[in-house]
Amino acid sequence: MSSIDEITSPVPYVRGNVEPILHEVVHALDRLLKEQEPTIIDLASLPFAPGELETLESYLGSGELTAELEALGPSQIRETAYPGVWWLDHRNTDGEVVGRYLEITRIPEILMSQDADITAGRARLGENLEGFESGRSNGADA
Amino acid sequence: MKYTPSLGDILQARGVSRRGFLKYCAATTSLLALPPTMVPRIANALEQARRPSVIWLSFQECTGCTESLTRSSSPTLEGLIFDSISLDYHHTLQAASGEAAEAARHAAMEENMGNYLVLVDGSIPLGNPGFSTIAGISNYDMLMETVKGAAAVVAIGSCASFGGIPGADPNPTGAVSVKDLITDKPVINVPGCPPIPMVITAVLSQYLTFGQLPELDHLGRPVAFYGQTIHDRCYRRPFYEQGLFAETFDDEGARKGWCLFRLGCKGPITYNACATMKWNGGTSFPIEAGHPCLGCSEPGFWDKGGFYNPVSTTDIGSGVALAGAAAAGVAIGAAAAAMSRRRQKKTIQEG
Repeated sequence: MSSIDEITSPVPYVRGNVEPILHEVVHALDRLLKEQEPTIIDLASLPFAPGELETLESYLGSGELTAELEALGPSQIRETAYPGVWWLDHRNTDGEVVGRYLEITRIPEILMSQDADITAGRARLGENLEGFESGRSNGADA
Repeated sequence: MKYTPSLGDILQARGVSRRGFLKYCAATTSLLALPPTMVPRIANALEQARRPSVIWLSFQECTGCTESLTRSSSPTLEGLIFDSISLDYHHTLQAASGEAAEAARHAAMEENMGNYLVLVDGSIPLGNPGFSTIAGISNYDMLMETVKGAAAVVAIGSCASFGGIPGADPNPTGAVSVKDLITDKPVINVPGCPPIPMVITAVLSQYLTFGQLPELDHLGRPVAFYGQTIHDRCYRRPFYEQGLFAETFDDEGARKGWCLFRLGCKGPITYNACATMKWNGGTSFPIEAGHPCLGCSEPGFWDKGGFYNPVSTTDIGSGVALAGAAAAGVAIGAAAAAMSRRRQKKTIQEG
């Protein structure tokens, strides 16, 4: 292992952005509890030093619930070890990150079934049921 | 009346779910450097947006700007921009060639008179029209003819925005920028060598979403992406403040990731979004990889005294000059950061 494999610094990178974000999360949790207002933090807009984003992710950890979404590429929506604090990773079909957020909310909106999709699904199920019923009536005499 | 599908229609026809559309809108909102709370508004606007006709003209360029935007061969969220626009003319991407290609350009102009966008990459040579021609037409003639009915012109990359490498000393072709020639149409400069692909996509998305051009700085660059210097948002800024600099590319300071100011970093005088948006899907950017910023989104960056000479190098003594420049840089950087925050706030309020 060469000396450039390990980069050390007299200024700990962890004091750059991680601590302020954690304080922002605390305030957001207070707002959620008192005012029922969700908060979204766009992590892509923050100038993280190497390793800081991983430090933040590791600090928040994982909770009971993880959801995998496949829409225009994979996304992972994970409740952290702190209930109400969700980590969202959106990737494109090449696996590149296109969005990364912290959502302080009861449930991220993207997890909820959307009206347009429910309507389209209902129409599809209705068509499939017609085929199901006609298939049963054709074979009913057998 | 010709039916023009909206972006919502197109995505639905492609089988993209509402969840997928929301994901696309979230990524677009992030691209536009807008607060995530604007996602519903972006979703509403994009759903209704009609695809504008876009004519892309390539002049004295290396095709790096097109490469930057079209890196992936499979559909990506960034690639969805091509569903949001009707790209009616593009040398590298279009299937047509020769007379058919030029006919497509004229047809797009006539059918969308006054409403189409013209995107330009590459500088325009004025020295001799023969230096760069397409179908026997000089770059200058093609540009002036095509922009006549355009709603706006977007100069993609530093060559189109400022002249770029063709315009560098001694500028053998007499290369000029789009803004040097077009004075009666709105021109947006999206400089960089190349520009960050997401910035190109975001500028087009902003036009689609808000139906208007973004707020521009004194060089015609969108303030949302060029409102702060690399230095303002650089993660190595604490080292600059403490006077900890790498002196060579392999010394202790380089290994410890210290500031690259003394190695010629142009971060303090370069406005771009590299330090936050980064490159390759947010992987890294030159400074993080250990190389000083070249300043590629600024006019004349090729002729600014060398990539590895410090910004502040003068004849009066490098020590004094560096200290003075550092102090001035901190003050200017803080003021610029405050100004750009006010501008961004204004964009959000007006949006």
